[in-house]
Amino acid sequence: MSNISRDEVAHLAKLARMAVTEEELDTFAGQLDQILDAVAKVGEVAGDDIPPTSHAVPLTNVFRTDEVRPGLSQDEALAGAPAAEEGRFRVPRILGEEQ
Amino acid sequence: MSDLTRLTAAELADKIHAGEVSAAETTQAHLDRIAAVDGDVHAFLHVDAEGALEAARAVDADIAAGTAPASPLAGVPLALKDVLTTRGVPTTCGSRTLEGWLPPYDATVTRRLREAGVPILGKTNMDEFAMGSSTENSAYGPTRNPWDLDRIPGGSGGGSSASLAAYEAPLAIGTDTGGSIRQPAAVTATVGVKPTYGGVSRYGLVAFSSSLDQAGPCGRTVLDAALLHEVIAGHDPMDATSIDAPVPAVVDAAREGARGDLSGVKIGVVRELSGEGYQGGVLRSFEAAVAQLKELGAEVVEVSCPNFTYALPAYYLIAPSECSSNLARFDAMRYGLRVADDGNHSAEEVMSLTREEGFGAEVKRRVMLGTYALSSGYYDAYYGSAQKVRTLITRDFAAAFEQVDVLVSPTTPVTPFKLGEKVDDPLAMYLNDICSIPANLAGNAAMSVPSGLSDEDGLPVGLQIMAPALADDRLYRVGAAYETARGPVLDKLGELEAAK
Repeated sequence: MSNISRDEVAHLAKLARMAVTEEELDTFAGQLDQILDAVAKVGEVAGDDIPPTSHAVPLTNVFRTDEVRPGLSQDEALAGAPAAEEGRFRVPRILGEEQ
Repeated sequence: MSDLTRLTAAELADKIHAGEVSAAETTQAHLDRIAAVDGDVHAFLHVDAEGALEAARAVDADIAAGTAPASPLAGVPLALKDVLTTRGVPTTCGSRTLEGWLPPYDATVTRRLREAGVPILGKTNMDEFAMGSSTENSAYGPTRNPWDLDRIPGGSGGGSSASLAAYEAPLAIGTDTGGSIRQPAAVTATVGVKPTYGGVSRYGLVAFSSSLDQAGPCGRTVLDAALLHEVIAGHDPMDATSIDAPVPAVVDAAREGARGDLSGVKIGVVRELSGEGYQGGVLRSFEAAVAQLKELGAEVVEVSCPNFTYALPAYYLIAPSECSSNLARFDAMRYGLRVADDGNHSAEEVMSLTREEGFGAEVKRRVMLGTYALSSGYYDAYYGSAQKVRTLITRDFAAAFEQVDVLVSPTTPVTPFKLGEKVDDPLAMYLNDICSIPANLAGNAAMSVPSGLSDEDGLPVGLQIMAPALADDRLYRVGAAYETARGPVLDKLGELEAAK
């Protein structure tokens, strides 16, 4: 049985904000299906009694003193922006016509 | 080719600090070598001749003034992987998304190199966002292996390892998430070290998989890697996962190892990292290396790490999951590429069209795989189970290190394959990381050191050494002892395609 359908790949691409082409959908559906088959192997040993590890270094809540330090200037922060206006990032419209 | 490019970093440092040669002529010699061979090798995405020469001249001025050198490597030039930010110098991560981007700040690794007086020759090629084992996923074309220009230099840090093997740089920096320092080192007959996770700051390292990414040193000798390790390692408050502990004395360990005595050292051969899927020439090279370690006085035993066979599947769930989250930052709003901003498309459409155009196939695959593994309904079966496997692998290492000081295996199961051979078969490509991934999942230190050429095809093979977290010094002791006994592998320049 296939793990993942072409429609599911289209949905994933939408969730991930990637406008994939029709041709890519076919390729990715086949490849992701194969990869998921291979990685599903983790289920063989992942028993209920085994705690998960999210990170190799068990650190929590690393704090530093809250003091003012120099950061990027407004010009530096905007220097790499695709578009800037009046000292701000300029972005395309966020709301649709109907909203 | 100038003799200066044939010397090790340690030898160059001695000559520069003794005033026998200047840092500027050393840097210029490497820039000339890059100009001569990089058209074939394509190790560099950007060469910063002016910046490197300026840094070199500052070292020369210090030496002329009688000031002590800023570090043991002051004046010795280096190639920096293009995933570490460099203020005002292009940083692309091998992606169209970041074409032309000039970072407004230096990574901590970059800053430490500058403070140590290490001239940065340029930025090296890599698989896009460090995802790959061949550099074929670079948006700017692949790097070629100096041993055979039709073959892959490893990946993701193929540019860094190729620059060393082609004598374009005596030192390089790589990053290793699942083997991206060690596998390129193995297939180019150079040395590469993945330090303990948290040993080198990740600040300014463009994130792929944050719980696995680790920057580390690359060189042509174990001592050179150790000298570079000490320059870049150490606690950094800018990285919350940076370990606040003294840097292991890796240079001392490399010098001790070079005396060629491993008596009292216990070495474990990992049973599971061998067998089916491994090239015969790789296994025979590994067996010869193990015999040599015994001759050096080490006690060698076989150990079993039964869960290592689950490391690859666990990695290809954890890394894509973290990548799908990390790469959300490339949203076409604050930096990088933006397409279709013509007034007719919404922000969300611009974002989707930009990511479609800016990302290559492997990045898209992993972002979708991670998005899937983190979806509700699939999370427990995939990401959750992978995290449990991570626990089991950490336990396997802990049990093994109760018996032995270090573990050894081949670095990668095959010698460098032909460009194009595996590019359309993601699963076959992923298998290159089968030996290197366990150390990333557990956060251990690991090294690849050249173990000669395969008797089948005459191509480089690497020996992997793995040590517990914060015991990086053991890698250098064992690696240097083995290197001394083995003799140099990369000494046959006439055999390098890149020399012809």
